[in-house]
Amino acid sequence: MNDTWFQILGALPPLLVALSVIGLFVTLCIARHERLVYAMTVGGLNLALVATIALIPLGPVAVTPLYIVDFYTLFFWGVILVATLACAAFAVPYLSGFDDRREEFYILLATSALGAMSLVAARHFGSLFVGLEALSIPLYGMIAYTFRTRASLEAGFKYLILSGVASAFLLFGMALLYGATGSLAFTDLIPPGGYDADAGPWMLMGIGMMLVALTFKLSLVPFHVWTPDVYEGAPAPVATFLATVSKTAVFALLLRLFVSAPITDNAWLLTLVGVLAFASMLVGNLLALRQDNLKRLLGYSSIAHLGYLLTTLVAGASLSIEAVAVYLATYVGTSLGAFGVVSLVSSPFAGKDAAHIDHFRGLYYKRPVLAVSMAIMMLSLAGIPLTMGFIGKFYILSVTMASGLWWLTAGVIVGSGIALFYYLRVMAVLFMDRPAHAREPQRSGTGDNWAQTVIWLLAAATILMGVYPAPLIDLAAVAGITLGS
Amino acid sequence: MLLCWLLFIPFIGGLACWATSRGRDNAGLARVIAFLSMAAVFVPAVVVWFTGDFSLSGDPSVAPAWQYEIAADWISRFGIEFHLALDGLSLVMVMLASVLGMLSVVASASTVKSRVGVFHANLLWTLGGVIGIFLAIDLFLYFFFWELMLIPMYFLIALWGHEENDRSTNTAAAVKFFIYTQTSGLAMLAAIIGLVFVHYDQTGVLTFDYNQLLTTDTSGAFGMVLMLGFFLAFAVKLPAVPFHGWLADTQANAPTSGAVDLSGILVKTAAYGLLRFALPLFPEASANFAPVAMTLGLISIYYGAVMAFAQNDIKRLISYSSISHMGFALVGLYAGTMLALQGVVLQVLASAVSTAALFILAGQLYERMGTRDMRALGGLFGRLGALPGFSLVFVVASLGMPATGNFLGEFLILFGAFATHPWFVVIAAGGMILAAVYALYMMHRVYWGTPDAGGTIANMRAREYTMMMALVLITLILGLFPNTVLHVTQTVTHDISSWFAAGVIAAAQAS
Repeated sequence: MNDTWFQILGALPPLLVALSVIGLFVTLCIARHERLVYAMTVGGLNLALVATIALIPLGPVAVTPLYIVDFYTLFFWGVILVATLACAAFAVPYLSGFDDRREEFYILLATSALGAMSLVAARHFGSLFVGLEALSIPLYGMIAYTFRTRASLEAGFKYLILSGVASAFLLFGMALLYGATGSLAFTDLIPPGGYDADAGPWMLMGIGMMLVALTFKLSLVPFHVWTPDVYEGAPAPVATFLATVSKTAVFALLLRLFVSAPITDNAWLLTLVGVLAFASMLVGNLLALRQDNLKRLLGYSSIAHLGYLLTTLVAGASLSIEAVAVYLATYVGTSLGAFGVVSLVSSPFAGKDAAHIDHFRGLYYKRPVLAVSMAIMMLSLAGIPLTMGFIGKFYILSVTMASGLWWLTAGVIVGSGIALFYYLRVMAVLFMDRPAHAREPQRSGTGDNWAQTVIWLLAAATILMGVYPAPLIDLAAVAGITLGS
Repeated sequence: MLLCWLLFIPFIGGLACWATSRGRDNAGLARVIAFLSMAAVFVPAVVVWFTGDFSLSGDPSVAPAWQYEIAADWISRFGIEFHLALDGLSLVMVMLASVLGMLSVVASASTVKSRVGVFHANLLWTLGGVIGIFLAIDLFLYFFFWELMLIPMYFLIALWGHEENDRSTNTAAAVKFFIYTQTSGLAMLAAIIGLVFVHYDQTGVLTFDYNQLLTTDTSGAFGMVLMLGFFLAFAVKLPAVPFHGWLADTQANAPTSGAVDLSGILVKTAAYGLLRFALPLFPEASANFAPVAMTLGLISIYYGAVMAFAQNDIKRLISYSSISHMGFALVGLYAGTMLALQGVVLQVLASAVSTAALFILAGQLYERMGTRDMRALGGLFGRLGALPGFSLVFVVASLGMPATGNFLGEFLILFGAFATHPWFVVIAAGGMILAAVYALYMMHRVYWGTPDAGGTIANMRAREYTMMMALVLITLILGLFPNTVLHVTQTVTHDISSWFAAGVIAAAQAS
């Protein structure tokens, strides 16, 4: 097999997704058929997932200078594809009440996932930017998909404008770095004086601006202000996608940038990242305390979780990459479950407050599977043993302790303590007596059972990984080794 | 095999109880299953008690002498094993847990009426977590169980809490309990990880195994910080002043049998943790820290006693008295002599039994009188059958009357600590007077005084009577034949005290 075919083989999973997107366009030109469109989307994503798993024995493949398909990439491709599939499953019952064209949603979803996959494999500014935009632009459409509700439209615009600003920062930062080094590849970002020299102010400003743009996407403090509004306004499956796929892809990219670009090995920069992490943990958790809307609450809690994750960048311990892989996998699994329950329970198109916490009161007595799953997800988000969230928290604490970052360790502990309050509140509400005037949780016919099965599977995985995490850890360890070398 | 049996029986029993609640709620079956599960833990433990070899083997050993041990790989990446072991100390604690578990099931029979199957499932899972704590000697596994028991406990308080309150008060109490213990638990997790990395730096072996971590050199400031992480978690759970904020609220809101758990077992996990982990792993830091810890113990003794005196709610009074009891345990633990440590074991057992008995009696009183407010009670002696009599027994046990285990516990603690810390002992002894004051004052307010009317309100049921007689018996055995317990734990306390003594010498040399 010659080199070109080898590269195409390496890029097979995203190519399959891209093919399914093109196929969807063609199909829609011929006939509108929701079932078919959904089947094609899911089929493409599943094929890509199979291809991703099949590629594991292949070893690192450099696909043009733009992309690298190593085990790290494959790991996160897997996470992204699973999360996208879950989002698609949640979208079916959610959109079933939407009396407009529903088919385009799946095109946007698949395209966005394609962007995320490209981002994870990027090792060059070109592919970084293309990936980030391919991830974001479909998201504008998805967030504002139910545009007849004001909140959705408003959220779409908010995300569009702020995202545009972030892209401008990103491009400016890249330009500054290109000016200083004359290269766009991550590994060539060497300070002018050599590997150990101090980066000059221009390079620092460049990387700083890129950091601003990426932290905006990750909704870290102080660039977090958009998060609760957008999560609340967006249709629940889209909020799921934002919280999982988008966060995973951008963080995986950020980590690759920090590991492979020599310029990021800068004490000043790392302290700055540490401060961002610390602020995100505390601010996210504190703001979540007073939320009554579950989507907003999960939005703020995601800020805190990304804060925990960011500590690994500062630590730079040998364990860091593995920790990120494990934490992101557990976080994605848990968030999918939590948002999934929200999107099934919050009946669509029945007013803005569908995700209000009162709506979940006594859910256990109406839909026990959903309620128990939600309770498990809350425990997992809080990092309680027996759930995989605990394994993630264990990794984060290990990394900060191994690097002697006491203040970040303290931040994680205090942040988790605060977080317990609102996670437990949600959990308690699920089992309380149902108020007489409560609106019945709706069961929209199509896809509801399958979506519930997905949630049930996620809950089972949460427990299973919490009790026996060795397989996940082994996978993550290999991912960590290939990126580290 | 035995260890797995002890550990998994409660979890399996819990699942079975839950299964009974599917469909129609089969309350009786759930109770029987729950009771039999705890009996299935108790019986083998008794067998080991009589057949095991707990004799003192002359020299203090370097590694702990386990009676039974079982290990299997779990998370090999971090050297984490599923590692259980049993020695005299764990055996005693497991027996305590199983006895109180059986009591909880019996005591809840008349108070818990809704969702009985799920209630017993949660109860058994809590007990399973507690037994796990007593058996686990892999620190990760230990922490796993430490946190695991919180979840069912949370549901017990939030969903079956004190009936007088509305649900939100109970939930608030449950959340408070959870946040206190979980946050301090995370500090302990950080300290465990720190200890593991220190061990890794020194030996190149990544392990969470207690036996291996014992050899870690934990002197110096870093060891002190790690020790504080452990101490924080245990001090919250004990609870020692100033970390006691959750106890009274939680116990006042807990269901009767849940309260039994809390006072009897959950609180004892902290004393066990200090004895098993904090002292042996950090002997030098503990020796340096001893004056602070003992001062906290003294404050707890007095604070608990004074606060107990000021309560109107019987259950809150008992909670505060248990803070006072645990103050004695703290003093004894950090005195570190073998005699004092033996006293701690006895004190922990005896106060668990007497506190549990008082809580159960308070529950029965509430069931009959509809209130726990002492201002509304009085003159009940002779009107409630044997209940006031039993109350008197456990009140005097709780204040440390000779012939009860509580007396011997406190006596051994004070006696053992006198050689090294005479002034602490002198001050602590004053606390025993206060114990007499609040305990008799409670007796006085509830049972003595002029009765409102003549005649019997309600007698005790046979079930309740048997339960109380069993507790009286245990208290008397502990008080009259303490060697039955002390003989079993002597190896452990001997080892720990000799490690601690080495720490004291090292600390003196370092300063």
